[in-house]
Amino acid sequence: MFSRAYRTVVTAPPLLWVSLFLLVPYALMFCYSFWSVSPEQAIVHSWNLANYQELFQKSVYWQTLLRSMWIAARVMLFSLLLGYPLAYFLSFYAGKRKDLLYQMVIIPLWVSYLVRAYAWKTILGSDGVLNTLLQYVHLTKHPLDFLLYSPFAVVLTLTHIYTPFTILPIYAALEHIPRNLVEASHDLGATPAQTFWKVIFPLSIPGVVAGATFAFVLSLGDFLAPLLLGGPSGIMISNIVVSLFGAAYNWPLGAAISLGMLVIVVSLLSLSERLEKKWSFS
Amino acid sequence: MELLVSGSGNGSAPRSRGLLVHATAVFGFLYLPIAVLILYSFNGEGVGGFPPHHLTLDWYRILFADGPIWDSVLNSLKVAVAAMAISLTLGIPAALALDRAQFPGKALFRRLVLLPLILPGIITGLSLAMLFHVTNVKFSMLTIMLGHGTALISVATTEVFAGLQKLDRAQEEASLDLGANYWQTFWRITVPNLKLPIIGAALLIFTLSMDEIAVSFFLIGRDNTLPLEIWGRLRRGITPEINAVSTIIFMFSLVTIVVWYRLRVRAEGGTEVAPTIESGVAN
Repeated sequence: MFSRAYRTVVTAPPLLWVSLFLLVPYALMFCYSFWSVSPEQAIVHSWNLANYQELFQKSVYWQTLLRSMWIAARVMLFSLLLGYPLAYFLSFYAGKRKDLLYQMVIIPLWVSYLVRAYAWKTILGSDGVLNTLLQYVHLTKHPLDFLLYSPFAVVLTLTHIYTPFTILPIYAALEHIPRNLVEASHDLGATPAQTFWKVIFPLSIPGVVAGATFAFVLSLGDFLAPLLLGGPSGIMISNIVVSLFGAAYNWPLGAAISLGMLVIVVSLLSLSERLEKKWSFS
Repeated sequence: MELLVSGSGNGSAPRSRGLLVHATAVFGFLYLPIAVLILYSFNGEGVGGFPPHHLTLDWYRILFADGPIWDSVLNSLKVAVAAMAISLTLGIPAALALDRAQFPGKALFRRLVLLPLILPGIITGLSLAMLFHVTNVKFSMLTIMLGHGTALISVATTEVFAGLQKLDRAQEEASLDLGANYWQTFWRITVPNLKLPIIGAALLIFTLSMDEIAVSFFLIGRDNTLPLEIWGRLRRGITPEINAVSTIIFMFSLVTIVVWYRLRVRAEGGTEVAPTIESGVAN
């Protein structure tokens, strides 16, 4: 029904734009990762594997990458532990307040991400809200200094930021479960726990996978929360890229690290896509 | 009628109570920083310290007299409007292409368009910085607009594509049969039918752009956007002025959501919620 001309007109402009502003830059990043920087801080366009060798040899990159993945894994876990029961409650027990509560999950997303990280900083700092509260009620005499500038602060903040992102897909998956399946399970004598574990939970797995992927991937690449709240022990891989882009001025090495992240993220995405397909029942 | 599956029946009351406690705690966790943020924007003594002292509007007064902040707000608004224009202009045809055209590389195209949505912003930002560097384009507001516009095509495409899935093609077919050309059909049938997804996408793009920092970080010229201005100040030491500007922006967003929500409810004649257990059983 749509003519060839129509199809060309809707296809060509976005295709060209996306090629120019997404495909070419990624390809360029790939090229950069084989280039180097001269002592005069100019990009040298000679192809070699020096950047990749450095990445594999210097342990700081590995350790930071592993730390980032460990932080992201904890964020993912905590977001699911906080998010799943809430999504389940919304979908099955919230009754008339369902719509309002759903909006309440979304509203925090409208507060700037930077501002929320900043708010946690004012809460966790040594003269922040939490520490002064604890001293005010005489629970502690001195400020607890492990609260801020630690991986703990980063995990807490990122969990706060990404929990709504995990709730939304889980809630959507739960809403799609035909209620007569749940009914049938009860009628056939299953206990509520059996119904949950044998009917509801398996059917919600695609949502869980989507939510988990969001939380893991988005926190893996984060650089603001570690810079604001992480301190030296909370540095993540993106912080290295940012410093290589700025003060250290080594774009080629930064490109090599970014490319590594790109590969990790894209493989995780296709893995999660496959898992979602495998577990979806329709 | 016996509500077999409602949570209050067959001994699952403790469970639903447990879930209620959990839900309350999670909401507390989600809203605690926002509450602190707003409360301390009125705190004369600074950003921390319990209990709050000397409630005052001084920080708002300082904020209103603060030129650089309002310049950055204006810059952010410009960027957001440009990003909205770019990503809708390209995202709507991209959605139509994904829905209606077959072409070599379509799968790759789909992935590429959606990638910035999930890819860490620094990768999108750094790769675009390299493009502009190589082509000798100076970093400025324009580069940020191009960056946001490109990254957010993903949002426009997803929203509009979802709308197209629900669209009945018979109307477009009828329009074409009755002699309207594609251009007329697009503006008179397709766009009006996609009004909600397009407005939804526009609002989402606008807010995401206003809040964006990772891509902007790499493409910034001399003029700061609001998040980058705040970022710069956070590194120099913090005052409740940041709380005040954040509170104002939050209130604006809140009003926007409420308006949008009303609009959607009115347009759809009801809320888009799957049947609840109660109504499911009652039927």
